[in-house]
Amino acid sequence: MNKKEYLKLVKKFTPKEKKLKNAFNAFLMGGTLGFIADGLKCLIVKWAHIPIKEATTWVLIIYIFLASLFTGLGFFDKLVMKFKCGLIVPITGFAHSITSSALDYKNDGLITGLGGYLFRLAGCILLYGIIAAFFLAILKVIIYV
Amino acid sequence: MFNFKDVYLTDYFIVAGPLEKEHDVKKCDMYIDDYYFGEKTVEDAEIKMQRTVLNNLVNSNTELIIGGDLTNQLTALGSSTINKNIPVLGIYSACATMSASFLTLAGFIQGKFIREGIFLTSSHNLAAEKQFRFPVEYGAPKPYRSTFTATAAVGIKLSKTSSKIKVVNGLLGKVIDSYVKDVHNMGAIMAPGAATTLVDYLNQSKTEVKDYDLIITGDLGSTGSEIFKEILKKEHNIKINNHLDAGAIFYKDFEYAGASGPAVLPLILVTRIFNNKKYKKILCLATGSLHSPVLVNQKHSVPTICHAIYLEVV
Repeated sequence: MNKKEYLKLVKKFTPKEKKLKNAFNAFLMGGTLGFIADGLKCLIVKWAHIPIKEATTWVLIIYIFLASLFTGLGFFDKLVMKFKCGLIVPITGFAHSITSSALDYKNDGLITGLGGYLFRLAGCILLYGIIAAFFLAILKVIIYV
Repeated sequence: MFNFKDVYLTDYFIVAGPLEKEHDVKKCDMYIDDYYFGEKTVEDAEIKMQRTVLNNLVNSNTELIIGGDLTNQLTALGSSTINKNIPVLGIYSACATMSASFLTLAGFIQGKFIREGIFLTSSHNLAAEKQFRFPVEYGAPKPYRSTFTATAAVGIKLSKTSSKIKVVNGLLGKVIDSYVKDVHNMGAIMAPGAATTLVDYLNQSKTEVKDYDLIITGDLGSTGSEIFKEILKKEHNIKINNHLDAGAIFYKDFEYAGASGPAVLPLILVTRIFNNKKYKKILCLATGSLHSPVLVNQKHSVPTICHAIYLEVV
């Protein structure tokens, strides 16, 4: 069997992913997170008398804290597996990737383990995020100035 | 093709993980309830699992230990055999490590270099995930075609002394390119290896599929098993009805294709097949995907290997 024939056979027998269901789950979860975040922001502004801009930061901090805590408690990975990008794309995904790496490498030394591997998954988000931000900022300057 | 005259399987010891206990793998000698097995790290847990197996099998007659696991540099084997005062040989063929060490040990006994030895294979889900994929607590979504590394350590003793289970012959497999680059689809990677070794074995032993009570493959999973059967049917015109995949038995409620790891096949062989009176002539095909994360990142396809062993239960 040549390469083309075999890969065709593999495709035929490989079970299909339920993409629509996954997308719907992710949409639902992402939307809910956004809804709660906005509610939380309003509450913080109203009760703690913090300006809206700072309140947004507080909401992010709460989300990062909860995602890291739940990762450490060991059930956040199951939620991520279920809701996929609904939890990976928001800041919760970033916190989850760093905490899970930290848990894995905490016994491998502060430099050789924790330090070296903490950004094993999140490193690419930082790198490409910063590069994208750089070019978008240039674009913004060209358009508005 | 290697023919063995007086090599017998005399004893075994199994330590299995918590999920294996929940998923119908009964009759193991010991289960661990916690992935850490009272240790600080998962690597230490795997070492302790291997050491437990060895402590229960090694005696004054043991002349050689052959084994392997999935961790880099055979971490677990290297540490579990410290101060055992017995020669050790480490072998790696990914999930086919079981049959590779089985055949090597049988060769040593048949060649009259030793009278009795142990081969040992293990895999630890968390240690393997950490090394091959993502951090343990990271909830990377897994597709249906993926397999889940089993947690178990299995030690089997081979000897010249006769017993119920006779090792009749075996065949070391060739490395085949699977052309598959998707590391989630281990079944598709290993199926061509299993099919090639089975056809080679049948040709060399001049037997047919129906001469065996059971042809058991290692860890193709449900996806791989279907591809394996299709290759045999399409390419070699062989219809196989007495096939069972050890990996496909596990974790049915997980929505995965099954279990993988070098300990899966011996686990099922020892707990389900040997004590089933229906199976007298058993052909084992332990399949391995020679998956290197580095080469996969460099866009290479994954090679595969499969070794065959034929056992007769009296």
